[in-house]
Amino acid sequence: MTNSTSDFDGTGKVSGASSEQGLNGYARTPLYDMHLQLGAKMVPFAGYEMPVQYGLGVMGEHLHTREKAGLFDVSHMGQAQLFPEDPDSDVAPVFEALVPGGIISLKERGIRYTQLTNQDGGILDDLMVTRFGNTLWLVVNAACKNDDFAHIAQSLVGKARLSVENRALLSLQGPLAEAVLKEHLPAAADLAFMQACHADYQGEKVIISRCGYTGEDGFEISLPNDMASQFAALLMENDAVAPIGLGARDSLRLEAGLCLYGHDIDTGTTPVEADLMWSVPRRRRESLDFPGAHKVSQQLSQKPDRLRVGIQPEGRAPAREGTEIHDMENNPIGRITSGGFAPSLQAPIAMGYVSAAHAAPGTQVQLIIRGKPMLAKISSMPFVEHKYLRTKS
Amino acid sequence: MSKKFTKDHEWISLEGDLARIGITDYAQEQLGDVVFVELPEAGRQVEQGNDAAVVESVKAASEVYAPVSGEIVEPNVKLEDEPALVNQDPAEGGWFFTMKVSNPDELNDLMDEAAYADYVKELG
Repeated sequence: MTNSTSDFDGTGKVSGASSEQGLNGYARTPLYDMHLQLGAKMVPFAGYEMPVQYGLGVMGEHLHTREKAGLFDVSHMGQAQLFPEDPDSDVAPVFEALVPGGIISLKERGIRYTQLTNQDGGILDDLMVTRFGNTLWLVVNAACKNDDFAHIAQSLVGKARLSVENRALLSLQGPLAEAVLKEHLPAAADLAFMQACHADYQGEKVIISRCGYTGEDGFEISLPNDMASQFAALLMENDAVAPIGLGARDSLRLEAGLCLYGHDIDTGTTPVEADLMWSVPRRRRESLDFPGAHKVSQQLSQKPDRLRVGIQPEGRAPAREGTEIHDMENNPIGRITSGGFAPSLQAPIAMGYVSAAHAAPGTQVQLIIRGKPMLAKISSMPFVEHKYLRTKS
Repeated sequence: MSKKFTKDHEWISLEGDLARIGITDYAQEQLGDVVFVELPEAGRQVEQGNDAAVVESVKAASEVYAPVSGEIVEPNVKLEDEPALVNQDPAEGGWFFTMKVSNPDELNDLMDEAAYADYVKELG
């Protein structure tokens, strides 16, 4: 018995990663020792050695996060602060030139999801952007961080200065996340979804952001490396909190219909094809002043050739990344980009790209799994309802 | 007869010329929660080392190979509705299929229980 497919093969090492490195050449987060103590199974991921699961297993960790609160180490992700070169100016309009999202409209301590695009409208990475005064706080994907930061710094030379922050990042997700976190960081309770704040913790600056990658209410906490293990241990003293690995992180985000960079989106997909235009405000669609805007505009008026969709296989067989999608007349119409088993639904789910003519929810398609056609239908997403706390009274 | 084991973590137990095949406790632990099993049909001919079944966890799909050559006699259809049996009872109720062994000499290529235990220990 051997693994034939796995979502967690190393996707290339990050050169010049500033984190600690093990003898095997993989970088380690500040929580590395804690993962080992917790009995994690470690795998290479984006140049880091990361926990794929702990004792509960992927299924147990997934369900625990949906029911209580899951703690994720996401310190491999890239964090940076962008300052205007002229301290009296605002860096938002400068940064907005690199992304299709609305950044100048971002309110103080507001968070936006957007993408870095290239001249062809392809997606270089997706990221979270938070406004603090006239600066922006950026959180980007681990596998892309060095390229992203080089791209941003070079594109904005003379206009903005990028300070890459070597800090830990924890994510606490689930219905009990607020109750747990506010015991240690009371300011967390004042935030609504997609809002952030600074807080003092033992004299150090931490950043609390109410967002995540699971579809649950939850928080990301950026803190100094040397505080990370102690703070994680403190959170886990609460019985509601269990450590969660990359395995459940992947199944949670798939149920939530969220894209995984390098799989569901990449330089070969545009925000239109990826069905991410909800993150592009009308002002930017009209001003067309971001990289690849002409392509996006063209696809909006003429419809793109293909679209990202949710897919529900009818049987029990999971359809993995790379699975070919056929129409009912056996013509190839696309491919699955993420697929697996949904623990919350106890059924397989997937997302992928199909030709626009087959993208309507309910459309019957066939998935070619190990040479055999399996029935499936196009589904709207998310597969599991989002539980974001949209307003805070 | 006692069980024999492959390097790919299948077990085989011979009862006359009929063999029962499953995956080891080590294998199910490495896989994690099994959510789907694809079994071979009765009558299918398999060669030693060929794919015979598929076992999928939440995060990955893995092949189960035929430990010896022969003809599939009975797939354990119980696994189709209850794939978690592979985790709960890998050595008994979680068996994958039985087969008629065409060349019993192939069993000599496989490890006995003690050799397999050493092999797993080396894997860490």
